[in-house]
Amino acid sequence: MGGGILPVALLIVWWAVTAAQLLPSYRLPSPAAVVQAAVDLQTNPLYPGALFRDIAISVQRVILGFLIGSLIGLVLGSLVGLSRTAEILLGPLLGAIRAVPSLAWMPLLLLYLGIFEPPKIVLITIGAIFPVFTTLSTALRHVDPHLVEVGRAFGLRRFELLTTVQLPAVLPSLVAGLRLALAQSWLFLVAAELISSSIGLGYLLSDSQNNSRVDRLFLAIILLAILGKSTDALIGLLERRLLKRWG
Amino acid sequence: MSNVSAPALRVSLRSVARRFEQPDGSQRTVLRDIELDIRAGEIVAILGPSGGGKSTMLRLVSGLDRADAGRVEIDGTPVAEVDQRSAVAFQEPRLLPWRTVERNVRLGLPRGTEPAAGRARVAELLRLMQLDAAVSLRPRQISGGMAQRASLARALARNPGVLLLDEPFGALDALTRLTMQDLLLEVHAVEPATILLVTHDVDEALVLADRIVLLGETPDAPGTGSTIRTILHVPGERPRDRAAAAIVELRSLLLEGLGVPSHHVSAP
Ligand SMILES: Nc1ncnc2c1ncn2[C@@H]1O[C@H](COP(=O)(O)OP(=O)(O)OP(=O)(O)O)[C@@H](O)[C@H]1O
Ligand SMILES: [Mg+2]
Repeated sequence: MGGGILPVALLIVWWAVTAAQLLPSYRLPSPAAVVQAAVDLQTNPLYPGALFRDIAISVQRVILGFLIGSLIGLVLGSLVGLSRTAEILLGPLLGAIRAVPSLAWMPLLLLYLGIFEPPKIVLITIGAIFPVFTTLSTALRHVDPHLVEVGRAFGLRRFELLTTVQLPAVLPSLVAGLRLALAQSWLFLVAAELISSSIGLGYLLSDSQNNSRVDRLFLAIILLAILGKSTDALIGLLERRLLKRWG
Repeated sequence: MSNVSAPALRVSLRSVARRFEQPDGSQRTVLRDIELDIRAGEIVAILGPSGGGKSTMLRLVSGLDRADAGRVEIDGTPVAEVDQRSAVAFQEPRLLPWRTVERNVRLGLPRGTEPAAGRARVAELLRLMQLDAAVSLRPRQISGGMAQRASLARALARNPGVLLLDEPFGALDALTRLTMQDLLLEVHAVEPATILLVTHDVDEALVLADRIVLLGETPDAPGTGSTIRTILHVPGERPRDRAAAAIVELRSLLLEGLGVPSHHVSAP
């Protein structure tokens, strides 16, 4: 509950500043104007449902890219964290790929994969892989060897050992990695949609910039904040489910 | 215990040696020339000084560690890597901190145990170990002694042919320790596993064991690693009278063997 105090205060200040007309509305739109912008976008007779469509496509891209990316990160992180051989083979290459700023892939992806969904999802995937990979592989190297030995002594091997002892032991790091990966996913979603898209919240941002629609820019930013926070809450939910399942 | 018992299995160690690499690269012999045959269903206690290789010996029998020389066999065949014919209760409880006590013990159940039978067995073991109140607690919420009992329950849950117990009662208060010793004997009577038990406590060895193995370095060859100094047969059927003359005699013998003067004057 306490976490709601500041956002509400901010909203009141925002409203007060605009109501007192301290700034011109083309600089700072009022909260009501932003809500109106949302309604207009959604009910525009030329493109009915445009706002929800933008939201839906962005969420879909983020979730797809995040799921694929964190799954790859999970597999690579487990391999490199658990096997010396995999670390020697894969470590340097993955480190080099990680060193490439992910946005640098975008032109190549557009060239190879066209302009529709694949390049965006692949970019988000790349962005999601490394936080999971890095946190997981590091954490797995530090699991208490005594506990791993218990697992082995009671007949657990490889995959079972991983899911019974090693992953639960690194759950906090894993969750931190997933959270970072999700934040990265949203970051690369917006980047991809700013660069090349005709729908989505990133497109709404660039289109509104071109038309100087500050109210829609505010709308897009607020929506990104709400969606980012909600998906992050899902990870908290996942953490609790895993704790219950493993406990 | 209602479960069908896995048969107890004999254990043999032949000319077993184990060396460890030192930080400076040299090899240090911890165990050497270990010759021991344990009958199926026998209880053998291992006594010896700290750092004398007792835990190492258990690890060799469990298959968690491999001997550098000699053979370690269970039931006539060499121990496999992490041999599933044995179960270990480690010197430290080593419970999985994110699991409840109940789920920790359940980890010990043999593969393919039916869920209902498994739950019943775990519940019974927890009751025997007086852990009913701790069933759904996590390891950080229970005392050291409770954790150790949970660890013992986990090993018992496996119902193994060979039970390897590394100071299973080390963290218990004197009273609980006596209860648990009796309990171990009760379980053993119903499910007669072969038990190899490390202990620091001479009296515990005398109460529980059929034979006591005294592990240590020979005084005339210090630094060459521990070996079996003596093997003592403990006379009498269990439960034993701790005050019986033969037991008292053995106790002072053992204490002398461990380098502790017993102040015992033998009857003429
Ligand atoms: N993995 C290992 N690497 C190097 N040295 C080891 C290893 N395991 C055991 N040792 C050494 O072997 C010796 C015997 O250890 P062990 O744990 O068997 O003793 P212990 O008799 O069980 O002692 P305690 O009664 O204190 O538990 C010790 O000096 C220890 O340092
Ligand atoms: Mg030890």
